Amino acid sequence: MSVVTVQLGQCGNQVGLELFDVISNDAREAQRRTYGSACYDRFFHQTTNGELEARAVLIDMEPKVINHSMTKAAKSGKWRYGEKSHFSQKQGSGNNWANGFCVHGPRNKEVVEELVRREVERCERLAGLMPIMSVAGGTGSGVGTYVTQCLRDTFPKSFILNHLMWPYSTGEVIVQNYNSVLTLAKLYRLSDAILVHENNTIHRICSQLLNIKHITFSDVNRVIAHQLGSVLQPALTQDSYGTYSRNPLGIDWQVRPPSNFERTRGLPTHNFNRSLANLLILRGKDVYSAETGNFEEPALYTSWLPSNEAFNAWKSTVPFDKYEKSATLVNNSQSLLLPLDNIVEKAWNMFASRAYVHQYTKYGITEEDFLESFTSLEQVISSYRHLC
Amino acid sequence: MTQSVVVQVGQCGNQVGYRFWDLALREHAYVNKKGLYDEAISMNETHTNLAGGSVQAVLVDMEEGVVNQIRQGPLKDVFDSTQLLTDVSGSGNNWAMGYMTYGSAYREQIIEKLRKMAEHCDCLQCFFLIHSMGGGTGSGLGTRVLRLLEDEFPEVCRIVTSVYPSEEDDVVTSPYNSVLAMRELSEYADCVLPVENQSLMNIVNRIRRYSGKTGSAVRMDSTVISGHGGLSTGEKPFDAMNNIVANLLLHVTSSARFQGSLNMDLNEIPMNLVPFPRLHYLVPSLTPLYSLADVSMPPRRVDQMFSDAFSKEQQLIGAEPRHSLYLACALLLRGDVGVSDLQRNIQRLRPTLPFVWWNQEGWKAGLCSVPPFGHTHSLLALANNTCLKATFSRLKERFMKLYRKKAHLHHYLHVEGLEQSTFSEAVSSLSSLIAEYQQLDNTKDRVIPNAPRLSIAT
Repeated sequence: MSVVTVQLGQCGNQVGLELFDVISNDAREAQRRTYGSACYDRFFHQTTNGELEARAVLIDMEPKVINHSMTKAAKSGKWRYGEKSHFSQKQGSGNNWANGFCVHGPRNKEVVEELVRREVERCERLAGLMPIMSVAGGTGSGVGTYVTQCLRDTFPKSFILNHLMWPYSTGEVIVQNYNSVLTLAKLYRLSDAILVHENNTIHRICSQLLNIKHITFSDVNRVIAHQLGSVLQPALTQDSYGTYSRNPLGIDWQVRPPSNFERTRGLPTHNFNRSLANLLILRGKDVYSAETGNFEEPALYTSWLPSNEAFNAWKSTVPFDKYEKSATLVNNSQSLLLPLDNIVEKAWNMFASRAYVHQYTKYGITEEDFLESFTSLEQVISSYRHLC
Repeated sequence: MTQSVVVQVGQCGNQVGYRFWDLALREHAYVNKKGLYDEAISMNETHTNLAGGSVQAVLVDMEEGVVNQIRQGPLKDVFDSTQLLTDVSGSGNNWAMGYMTYGSAYREQIIEKLRKMAEHCDCLQCFFLIHSMGGGTGSGLGTRVLRLLEDEFPEVCRIVTSVYPSEEDDVVTSPYNSVLAMRELSEYADCVLPVENQSLMNIVNRIRRYSGKTGSAVRMDSTVISGHGGLSTGEKPFDAMNNIVANLLLHVTSSARFQGSLNMDLNEIPMNLVPFPRLHYLVPSLTPLYSLADVSMPPRRVDQMFSDAFSKEQQLIGAEPRHSLYLACALLLRGDVGVSDLQRNIQRLRPTLPFVWWNQEGWKAGLCSVPPFGHTHSLLALANNTCLKATFSRLKERFMKLYRKKAHLHHYLHVEGLEQSTFSEAVSSLSSLIAEYQQLDNTKDRVIPNAPRLSIAT
């Protein structure tokens, strides 16, 4: 089972680099050969002279970051990116989603599709596609959304998991809330699952848990790569009978209420974080004796999806990334409600004054497109808010 | 890699441009010597040393003095004659002469030179126009060139550095020239970085005073006001002031020239800082300015640098943005500054600065790892701020003082192609710009509730 990663924009290409680094180190240092080879099979293919080449496509509209990532990978001496699996242009998207989605995306459609197709054809069995991008800028968000749309058309049956970086609440890009709204509204319909990391949270992890004094983007990206790796590395499920056959992406992430489900109105507001589904991944020592009963508490979940279906545990006795024991929780719950609501609120306030809208309309996005995106995200917010 | 073309028009524009090239070339020579990073010079794909080759610049003046000096000076091999355009008689401090007379006479030649420069570029991203507002050539022909750029290269970003005259300017007609030029700037520029002569003068005087007081010399390697160690021998009166403007440009272009962990492309500047098409004037402030000019002052800490950027003394125009309303603000950092310094300082400064209600988090940052020559770190803040309302209102008053009496108007009306309506249109363009700032400024102390959200049928 192999995953094809598509790294988009500055952030996507930096995070992708760290991810492959974590994964290749982890696989090499793992004491179990089956674990190592399952992992290599997932994320790398071997060239004729035995080198590991990442199953990745690198896309950016300017060359600096891609060049850097390619060089750094090659210098690691452990793995590298394919010589021809990258595409860059000369000029970035200028933080403008519309420039990425309406101009750069369509202009480079064929080349990008060809690169992905080539990478997919190298896989014996395709587990899915994983675009990595930030929602804030222009290339990651705009081109990333466009590319995801193309992938959906080309591979209608394949699993697509988007990994998104949620920007710092301030300081990176002023129009980031617009870019995020436009991205999320589209991806919500295109993607099978959206995995989110928040820069603010990761920054806190760096400062409070890791005690890093002068945090750099590379610190932040390493934490993300570690977390992402711990989700994606091989693990066993109850029905996998000791082989790492489980598709790392192929859990049914998209849980929707049954159509006949009647929603009760006027729910009391509560601070309780209700989950739709949880995936717990345990790695290292004692994973089979670990008590996970609390995660199966029915009160955590909705009334229409019982906890034995809503909760999944994957386990592996192989320690991950040198941690004796580690646990990772992937949580589909109301916890994203607040950050999502914040983004929509800020973007909506800006839109009420029509501030910055001229920057988007000049590339062909209309005010109606904005309204449509707002509407669909309000729907998402409402569904999550009214989970019961 | 992207490239930019600098178009320097008029005496002031060419003097600032000259300082800029001197500093930029020294910066790259220094960085490359240290083997820090070599891919760059993307900004002008040129040459890391001063020997040979041309840089991406077009020099335009309607008299020969300054351009001839450049031609005979140490940078003479850098510019070749195809990049230069001069006349002999000057524009007589008359915007109309520059815009109409010379603008029409030299139109084809200017376009030809711009095209030639553009052909050298493999991906032309930005035009930097440097000019002054008060005289005839910079103001008139400069804004005509701006319009030509819009016509000929509509896709390429246009960032203009405009030096505004002091209130006691020698040129009597400078208010006319400035207001006529402003209409063009409001229509055809993507961003304008206004700089006031008076503020530059104040900064230079203050630095001189500080260094005089402590009895110490201005640091030899400081490139803030001094061209020392570079090309200029024997400082001329405006050199120090021009040097500050050159430093501003050096900063704006740094992320296009060097690497950084948070790249800020030039086209991200208008995208993030210009919420409404005409409100594209960005107030620049540069730090550190003072401590670096003086060896006896202890180097200021990074946090102090952030605070300084918002103090009145560091603004390159005579205004106080802190007391007006911010529409957006960019922080362009160079040198040894990390993302945590950035986050910490934004959090710290945010509560002290009024931002427009719909852009409470209107900050944009860029981190460029290479500091300016002789510094460890530096910061350029670009603020889209309603304080410009006051600056522009004062300019308008000075204009009206002349215009009511129709003083000197005949000099303009003599010029072929200029009609009196040009004056009334220019002043109404300025008035509506001021009104737009005023309207936003009015929201400053009001509590504005969030816009009511779309309601969704559940």
